[in-house]
Amino acid sequence: MSIMEYNGGSVVAMRGKKCVAIAGDLRLGNRNMSLAANFEKVFPITQKLYVGLPGLATDVLTLRDTFRFRTNMYKLKEGREIEPNTFAHLVSSTLYERRWSPYFVEPVVAGLDPNNSEPFIAATDLIGCLNFAKDFVVSGTASDKMFGMAESLWEPDLEAEDLFETVSQTLLNGVDRDALSGWGAVVHLITPEKIITRSLKSRMD
Amino acid sequence: MSDSYSFSLTTFSPSGQLKQVDHALAAVAQGTTSLGVKASNGVVIATEKKQPSPLVDDSMLEKVALICPTIGCVYSGMGPDFRQLVTAARKSAQAYWKMFNEYPPTRVMVGEIASIMQGATQKGGMRPYGCSLLVAGYDKTRGSSLYQVDPSGSYWAWKASAMGKNMVNAKTFLEKRYNEDISLEDAIHTSLLTLKEGFEGQMTEKTVDIGIIHIPSEWDTKNPPEALAGDKAGHLPGMPAFRKLSEEEIKDHLTL
Repeated sequence: MSIMEYNGGSVVAMRGKKCVAIAGDLRLGNRNMSLAANFEKVFPITQKLYVGLPGLATDVLTLRDTFRFRTNMYKLKEGREIEPNTFAHLVSSTLYERRWSPYFVEPVVAGLDPNNSEPFIAATDLIGCLNFAKDFVVSGTASDKMFGMAESLWEPDLEAEDLFETVSQTLLNGVDRDALSGWGAVVHLITPEKIITRSLKSRMD
Repeated sequence: MSDSYSFSLTTFSPSGQLKQVDHALAAVAQGTTSLGVKASNGVVIATEKKQPSPLVDDSMLEKVALICPTIGCVYSGMGPDFRQLVTAARKSAQAYWKMFNEYPPTRVMVGEIASIMQGATQKGGMRPYGCSLLVAGYDKTRGSSLYQVDPSGSYWAWKASAMGKNMVNAKTFLEKRYNEDISLEDAIHTSLLTLKEGFEGQMTEKTVDIGIIHIPSEWDTKNPPEALAGDKAGHLPGMPAFRKLSEEEIKDHLTL
């Protein structure tokens, strides 16, 4: 068994028209035994930027704190919030610093460019190889299932509420086919005006 | 030893001054004149390239240095100290690039240089750097900017400024000539005119060094052309960049 599947968990992010959505499940497990159904793995970085960190739970917490530290220092030094593209590269370099003893996390970045509200999503592998996508990115133990869902549900230029529906259905139907993900989910919908965060109920088995 | 406060190079005198920092400023004041002018569409920095002897191969002399594609600088004071700072600044810019895949904003780079210079006023076994820097840079948040960094480690942003031997006259001259709407071409012209005041010997393309940042009129800072693509590089093609003027270009400006 891979250490990437030790605690389970999945994240998906999608681009819409002037909006992005990022969603993650809530399960924390120990192999096949579920321990908690309130383990959030998607965290805010700025007002319009989120990062999802599915993988080994201890590294999820460590990286969350590392990114909070680094983006806070960035904000103080530069006098401005970090932009999504810049943050994606920060994620990449942070992971590659541990090239030979990596964090077992495959992050997903989703946000809006503060200058022109252009949606941005990206994902990396556990050593920081960036994947910039125009449509959607998936990560975690249900990534292969969600990939299939996203392939059939996603379409270009979705409006905010349609994007919410698409990302939610992709995540829920993906994690239902995965024993290591599920137990509820949280969706963040990022639009130029506001962030909408919704909790989803799902199968609890 | 008895009458001066020289326990170490970095001890306060009773009047609250660091003598060595004052002396470093004196070294700057003796240095060759250098200046910088901000224009509506760019920045220019320039200096006198004094030859110690006519026998020196002047192609080796370099007084305007590139730190990274978006930032360059010029100095007044001690050349070797300047080179050390440029090396440190270049490393810092590359470290930033490695982390964020873009070059540092000018203010961040200036803060980095200033912190190196401040360190030298405090660390044991060191002396302050014997030069002041004029740093010109471009970044997408603040556009083009011009900063001066002193041996004490303090720094300011300028619209136009001069340092070195002829600083007072040059600044008065710039104050009279400067307005914010001048084009880069006019700013280069103003720089050369200012430098001409109190220039030692003949001013030719071989005895001045000029660096510029030019912002093309079609360049939109907030919406760079390739910003929509995911993998936008730190320095886009066609983006405002720092470059040194060639001898031919300087010659053209001198004959104008």
